Amino acid sequence: MNPAYRRHHPKWYRARMPIFWWFRKAAYFRFIARELTSVFVAYSSVLLLVQLRAVAAGPEALARFTAWLHLRPVVALHVVVLLALLFHTVTWLHLAPRAIVIRLGRRRVPDVAVLLGHYGAWLAASGLVVWLLRL
Amino acid sequence: MPQTVTIEIRRYRPEEEAEPTWQRYEVPFWREWMVLDALNYIKDHVDGTLSFRWSCRMGVCGSCGMMVNGNPALTCATYLETLVPGPVQVEPLRGFPVIRDLVCDLTDFITKLQRVQPWIVRETEGTPAQGEYRQTPDELAAYRPYAMCINCLLCYAACPIYELEPGFLGPAVIALAQRYNLDSRDQGREARMDVLSEHDGIWACTLVGECSTVCPKHVDPAGAIQRYKLDAAVAWVKALVLPRSGR
Ligand code: SF4
Ligand code: FES
Repeated sequence: MNPAYRRHHPKWYRARMPIFWWFRKAAYFRFIARELTSVFVAYSSVLLLVQLRAVAAGPEALARFTAWLHLRPVVALHVVVLLALLFHTVTWLHLAPRAIVIRLGRRRVPDVAVLLGHYGAWLAASGLVVWLLRL
Repeated sequence: MPQTVTIEIRRYRPEEEAEPTWQRYEVPFWREWMVLDALNYIKDHVDGTLSFRWSCRMGVCGSCGMMVNGNPALTCATYLETLVPGPVQVEPLRGFPVIRDLVCDLTDFITKLQRVQPWIVRETEGTPAQGEYRQTPDELAAYRPYAMCINCLLCYAACPIYELEPGFLGPAVIALAQRYNLDSRDQGREARMDVLSEHDGIWACTLVGECSTVCPKHVDPAGAIQRYKLDAAVAWVKALVLPRSGR
């Protein structure tokens, strides 16, 4: 900002942003919720790594880990984590067509196609994980 | 249908008050009136001291943007009828310093806009004798949506990031940079990337997405920013994997 310009407007009014600005609009709230649920994404990645370590450490370690997974509070926590993950994933996938603009010749691939592609990839990845777990 | 409607206006008279205050006005209600018509009625018949900007009355000049009932809107394109029974609250655009009543200082936007060189940049300028820079309709279509921007700054007023981080270049500046980047006649992409990839450029955007929702010209600045992020990331990976190939 040009300081010389400011001199001629010595009494500008600048509104302060309230701490709870994200309650102003549903869209802001959804945004904050999406950002916060990324914590759960990080948690589930760590969980997966711990699980892999247990697998690597042998059947005894895996049994201990599985027993922990079956504890009631842990199951309850993981239901919450799953819901948060689903919310995060769905809201995130729905933003994908914004960033990815694919042109096929003259025409732009419609947003729905890009979105479906992402859902397809998600399904395929989940299928792969299920298949690996079955092995 | 009501005979009159109450308009509440956030007024700020720097020589009289330290903080803005609300003032209520009663105006006649006409079905064909826009919010701007009500403001002009007040200015002409009730209170000549009310200050606000407008020019074209037809959604083209981009100067009549204000907060109407808390949402950024072009007042010349917002029917009063959609807001009755009221009261209708009108405030200056959020995120900008207020000079007086509904008039904001937009210098910050203009300064940032100039930084991304929103014009066609050529490495070497051709002479008039060499003719125009030709462009096909397909090449035009690639950037046309971004060229629709009227600088109304509703997208800034909708962006909480701009309010939280005043250094952020903001939606319209990035969309307009992209407008020139995608222009087949332009060669300024790299120079703009230096500005856009700064901390206050594209990476400050966390994709709230409200800029695109409020844009009256369907510019989709949020999309422009995300596309730009993707481009920048791909360029970075390419430079990492194939350092010699250049971009
Ligand atoms: S991008 Fe849309 S909302 Fe933002 S200044 Fe341009 S026309 Fe207005
Ligand atoms: S007065 Fe020109 S856009 Fe509203």
